[in-house]
Amino acid sequence: MSRHRSAALGDRLRTSYQAELALLDRRSRRVAFAALAAALAAFPFLASAFQLDLANQVLLASIGAVAFMLLTGYAGQVSLGHAGLLAAGAFTTGILYKELDAPIWATLPASALVGAALGLVFGLPSLRLRGLYLAVSTLALHFIVIYAGMEYEARRSYSTGVVIDPPAIGGWTLASPLAWYFVLLGFAAAAVLVALNLLRSRTGRAWRAIRGREAVAEALGIHVPAAKLLAFLVSSVMTAVAGCLFAYYRGFVSSEAFTLYVTIQYAAMIIIGGMGSILGAVLGTIFVTLFPYFIEYLVATLPVPQSWVDSIYAVNYAAFGLVMILFLVLEPQGLVGLWRRAKQYFLLWPFKQRPLRASQ
Amino acid sequence: MQLAVNVLVLAAIYALISCGYVLIYRVSRVLSLAHGELMMLGAYGLYMTASLFSGEPVIAVLVSVALAFTIGLAVYAALMRHMTGEAVLTAVLATIALGIFVRGFVVLVWTAQEQHPARLLGIENTSFPVPGDARISLVGILLLAVTAAVYLGLYVFLRYTAWGIRMRATGQNPLLAAQRGIRLHGVYALAWGLATLTGGLAGMLISIDTALEQTLVLIGLKAFPAALVGGLDSLAGALLGSLIIATAEVLLIYYVNPLLADAVPFLVLTAMLMVRPWGLLGTREELDRV
Repeated sequence: MSRHRSAALGDRLRTSYQAELALLDRRSRRVAFAALAAALAAFPFLASAFQLDLANQVLLASIGAVAFMLLTGYAGQVSLGHAGLLAAGAFTTGILYKELDAPIWATLPASALVGAALGLVFGLPSLRLRGLYLAVSTLALHFIVIYAGMEYEARRSYSTGVVIDPPAIGGWTLASPLAWYFVLLGFAAAAVLVALNLLRSRTGRAWRAIRGREAVAEALGIHVPAAKLLAFLVSSVMTAVAGCLFAYYRGFVSSEAFTLYVTIQYAAMIIIGGMGSILGAVLGTIFVTLFPYFIEYLVATLPVPQSWVDSIYAVNYAAFGLVMILFLVLEPQGLVGLWRRAKQYFLLWPFKQRPLRASQ
Repeated sequence: MQLAVNVLVLAAIYALISCGYVLIYRVSRVLSLAHGELMMLGAYGLYMTASLFSGEPVIAVLVSVALAFTIGLAVYAALMRHMTGEAVLTAVLATIALGIFVRGFVVLVWTAQEQHPARLLGIENTSFPVPGDARISLVGILLLAVTAAVYLGLYVFLRYTAWGIRMRATGQNPLLAAQRGIRLHGVYALAWGLATLTGGLAGMLISIDTALEQTLVLIGLKAFPAALVGGLDSLAGALLGSLIIATAEVLLIYYVNPLLADAVPFLVLTAMLMVRPWGLLGTREELDRV
């Protein structure tokens, strides 16, 4: 009996902090991760050009979504300035490229720096404001950045937007979708890894405590203002870097690409994905990014009125709003909630509920 | 003098819209970011009734006002009812989702073209001279009158009627109110109905003044800072905030740069949030307690 138990515990009984901190702590996880890595590596060679572009869009958006999840899903600081931060990164890149002909190894850190500065400044209200009022003050960030971008476009008469050439590092230009796929995959993986590492450590626990209840977090000895500002800082830097990559990937920066709707989409990603979960952020990104293409496909195949085909964006809006409402009302835990329930269903089969006490 | 008239009319628009934000927030502590969209829906309601009862402006307006009220009740019953007790962000996102849905819905039903309900109703938007060498349009006068009537009506309603007192009690302390036998869902639904009604009125008047199209949403969004500057839980604050925002907007457009128009309300708001986040006349939120 005891031999049986030790075999079952086997790799679950942790005896060191190293083991406690390991991300791939079980053989099943290592196998799953290897399979995922192999699938991601093989994907671009099997996919069509259109699918590859979709994958790139998902990877690009997932950086921003993970950043947003850290700030809102974990630290509990509601922000509506996400599109503004993306725009800040993209415009820093665009302006440096146009004015100084700066290469990517200069624009990327510069975007990150601008993101850091904006994150700190617009994180300051979070020290005094909470919930709703905080969200509104971050909305101000959005309008100010977009206004600055529009001013630049108007002054330099790039009325339709700033065109950027593909980035070159040494003699090699990053232009093909295949190369972009691996670069974006690297950045997205790095974002996820940074997020996971932060969350398993002191910082992440502090953020979660603040989200739970600020007064208690303070009583536990957490420096609440510093932790909040750090959350804003990390999230803004990641988002601004995503903005910089966005500018290069699209080859084009325009203030019209960063409307409030973009912020709402990112909010939808983390809500539909499931609050307080990095996996949720990624799942939500896939869902929200692919959703319009899915609707387009449906409209093209199903017999719908011609007026719907003509104003496809309106169909998109209506469907997107409806799906978001359904998620909020029916599955507040999002896709992660669905995933967990599905997993539980298979693990417990043929039972439905987890037994109260583990059987001996 | 013309500037003063412009300020007054713009302030009336903002005040009429922002009292919806205040009503919903004060009663249920939910911020409705779908207010601009619901306002647009109210205006399209007028367009619909105007084409149904063409030549009978009074009936058309009355029916569309009743329609707006019903839409508000329906929104609460179908969506916001499920959001009671959820986190602030979830409730706000629910209203955003509703807003996105309404935007798409409106285009699918009425197309994205500009519509002119004023023509269908047979209203001529003539302008009248005002002392001091200025002019005010008929709709401008109507706007001022309707705003005054709405605020007076709300004041009397909240102060002297049973439903109004129930509404105030619910806003102060929902738990105690429920224990005194007040039906919270009924009160919340009424707040949504009234907010959509007043917002719808604003939408209708604006669409008669200029035209009916998607940019109406933007005006709704710009009225939101007015509510916040005044204090989200104070009707008098909404009035004051609207006046401040409208003055700043008109003066800055006239003297500085017309490009600023969309940014002004939010600039004023940012300045306000730094100094007095709870607004000029709002009550300060209670501190966090363990």
